[in-house]
Amino acid sequence: MTILTLIEHEQGIIDPQTLSMLTAARGLAQEQDLPLHAVLIGANVSGLAAELGEYGVTAVHMIEQDALADFAPNAWAACVVEVMGAEKPTAVIGAGTERSNEVMAHVGARTDLPFAANCLTIQPEDDAWFVKRVRWGGTLHEEARLYGDPKLLTIAALGIEPEPSSSGAPEIISVTPNLSDADLLVRVVSRIEPERKGISLTDAPVVVSGGRGVGSAEGFVILEELAGLLEGAVGCSRVVTNNGWRPHAEQIGQTGTRVAPELYIACGISGASQHMSGCSGAKHILTINSDSEAAILAKSDTAVIGDLHEIIPAVIAEIRKKTA
Amino acid sequence: MDILVCIKRVPVTGAKVTLTADEQAIDAGYLSFAPGPHEECAIEEAVQIAKKHGGRSTALTLGPDTAVEQLRYAASMGVDDLILLETDEEFPPMPTARAITAAIQAQERPFDVLLFGNESADAGGYQVGIRVAHALGMPVVTGVKKLEFADGADGGTTVATAHRQTPDGWELYEVPLPAVFTIKEGINVPRYPSIPGKLKAKKKPIQRITPEMGAVGLEKVRLVVPEAEASDVNILGHGAAAAPQVVELLAELGLV
Ligand SMILES: Cc1cc2nc3c(=O)[nH]c(=O)nc-3n(C[C@H](O)[C@H](O)[C@H](O)COP(=O)(O)OP(=O)(O)OC[C@H]3O[C@@H](n4cnc5c(N)ncnc54)[C@H](O)[C@@H]3O)c2cc1C
Ligand SMILES: Nc1ncnc2c1ncn2[C@@H]1O[C@H](COP(=O)(O)O)[C@@H](O)[C@H]1O
Repeated sequence: MTILTLIEHEQGIIDPQTLSMLTAARGLAQEQDLPLHAVLIGANVSGLAAELGEYGVTAVHMIEQDALADFAPNAWAACVVEVMGAEKPTAVIGAGTERSNEVMAHVGARTDLPFAANCLTIQPEDDAWFVKRVRWGGTLHEEARLYGDPKLLTIAALGIEPEPSSSGAPEIISVTPNLSDADLLVRVVSRIEPERKGISLTDAPVVVSGGRGVGSAEGFVILEELAGLLEGAVGCSRVVTNNGWRPHAEQIGQTGTRVAPELYIACGISGASQHMSGCSGAKHILTINSDSEAAILAKSDTAVIGDLHEIIPAVIAEIRKKTA
Repeated sequence: MDILVCIKRVPVTGAKVTLTADEQAIDAGYLSFAPGPHEECAIEEAVQIAKKHGGRSTALTLGPDTAVEQLRYAASMGVDDLILLETDEEFPPMPTARAITAAIQAQERPFDVLLFGNESADAGGYQVGIRVAHALGMPVVTGVKKLEFADGADGGTTVATAHRQTPDGWELYEVPLPAVFTIKEGINVPRYPSIPGKLKAKKKPIQRITPEMGAVGLEKVRLVVPEAEASDVNILGHGAAAAPQVVELLAELGLV
C-alpha cells in the first residue's frame, strides 16, 4: 500500500504546484505510515527523478515513451491505471491544476471510481475519507465524503509552500504500459506561439484593472495610460468583457486569467470572489472605488475612495510631475 | 452535424453569498439563475456550429423543474431541442454523468458533437464531460477556446481541431467526430436573446426524463463560507486629492 502521486512537468521542469502537492501528500503519507510513490510520464523524464527524491518520494514509477513526448491526457491516465493495478495504492493524488484534474477525471472514468477535485484538507477514515474542497472558484468550501478504493483526488496546491524533505535517491521502477491508438488519440499535435503585444498580463509587474465602474470602452483610455507609465498591463472584470468593452483575454478571475503582480490596481471593481480568485496572488492590492463599503476593500491593502474618472487622471499628472 | 450542449442551472452570485439554514445550498432568495459562464459560451458555440455546418442543436440539463428556465434561455439563443432530466436532488458528478449518458443513448439520432463546460460554476468537479466521453467511447478535449471542423477526404469522417490556451500560447488537438469538447469562456461572446427568439422559445416542447441517482461516490456533507480575513485596508484618502499619497505608495513599491 502506498500514496501514489501524479507528477506534472513541462520542458524538463517539475510544475511548482506538483511540488506543493508533494509537500501535502508527504504529510498525509507520514500520518498514514505509508510510502510516498510517484508516477512520472513522458519522453525524456528520467532526469526529474532525483528532484522527486528531494521531496520525499521513495519510489518513482517511470513511463518513458516517445509517443508521450507531448501531453496526452487519456494516455497519462492509462499509465496511472497501470501503476494502480500493480501497486494497489490507498490513494492517487495530483495537484489541482487544469492538467492534473483532467488526467484524474480520466482515471476516475476508466476505473469507475469517484474523484474529488481541488481538496483543501483530507482526513482519512476507515471507509469514506472526509475532504474539504473548493467550490464556486473559492467562494465556498464543501465538506464531503469521498468513497472508492483507492481514493482519487487533487489538492488545491496554490497556497502551499513547497518544502523539500529528502529521503535519498528514489527507487526507479520502469513501467511499460500497452498504450492503444485510442489512448493516444487526444494529444498535442502542434503549438502556436502567443502573439507578443507589449507586456503580457501574466508577467506584468503591475496590472491596472477596470470593472463596471469604468463605464465604457472609452473609459479605459486612462487605465491604459496609467498602465503605460508603470510598465504594466490592463486587466478587467467579467462585466467589462460581457459588455464588449475589452477582450476576454484581459479578464481576471475564475473563468479568466490568474495574475500575481507586485501591484494590482482595481478600479471600479466590487470584489466578487470569482474576480478576486484571479488576483489574490498579488503582493499589493490598491483599490479605487466610489463605495466605501465595497466588498473589495476588505481584500485590499490600500484604497482611495472616490470617482476613478477623477482619481486616475490626478495620479497620472502626479507621476508625470514627479518623473519630469 | 448534430450537437448536444449540457448546461447546469446555478444562482448568479455577487460579492457576498449566504447559505440556507441546512448548509446544503446558496440562499438564492433574491438571486436570479443562469447557466454557468463556460456553458453559456458552449450554447453559443452549439448554435453557431449548427448554423454553419447544418444540423440540429439540443440543450440538456439535469435539475429541478425550474431548470426549464435555462433550457428556454438556450432555446432563445437559437437551440432547437430541449431535454430535462428532472430531479429535485443535487446529483454528484458520477450520477450526473451516468444520467446524461443514458439520456444520450436513449435519443433516436446520435450526436456528432457533445459540448460541456470545462467545469461547472458551482460544483467545479472537472469531470462530467470526461466521464460521459468514456462511457460513450468518444475522444474528449478539455478547456477548448477555439473549435473548427474539416470534412475528411472523399466526404470521410469530419475532423475537429480544438485549440487550448496555455501560459505559453496555444496547443492544438485533432480528433475525429463524434467527440466531446469541454468549453471555456472566451471561445465566443454569447449573444443576448432576441425578443422573437424568446417568444419562440416559450413554445418549444421539452423532453422530460426521470434519472436514477445510484451510487454517489462523492457525497456532500455541507457547504461552508470560508472565513473572511480581517480587513486592515489603509485608506490613502478621498478623491483626486489622494494622488500624492498614491504616488508615494508607487515609489515605496519601487514602481516610479
Ligand atoms: C462561475 C462564475 C465565474 C465568474 N468568473 C469571473 C471572472 O473570471 N472574472 C470576473 O471579474 N468576474 C467573474 N464572475 C462575475 C462576478 O461574480 C461579478 O459579477 C463581477 O466580477 C463583477 O464585476 P465588477 O466588479 O466590474 O462589477 P460590479 O460588481 O457591478 O461592481 C462595480 C464597482 O464599481 C464601483 N464604481 C462604480 N462607479 C464608479 C466610479 N465612477 N468610480 C469608482 N468606482 C466606481 C462600484 O462601487 C462597484 O463596487 C463570475 C461569476 C460566476 C458565477
Ligand atoms: N446537472 C447538470 N446538468 C447538465 N449538465 C451538467 C450538470 N452538471 C454538470 N454538467 C456539465 O458538466 C460540466 C462539468 O461539470 P463538473 O464536472 O461538475 O465540473 C458542466 O460545465 C456542464 O456542462
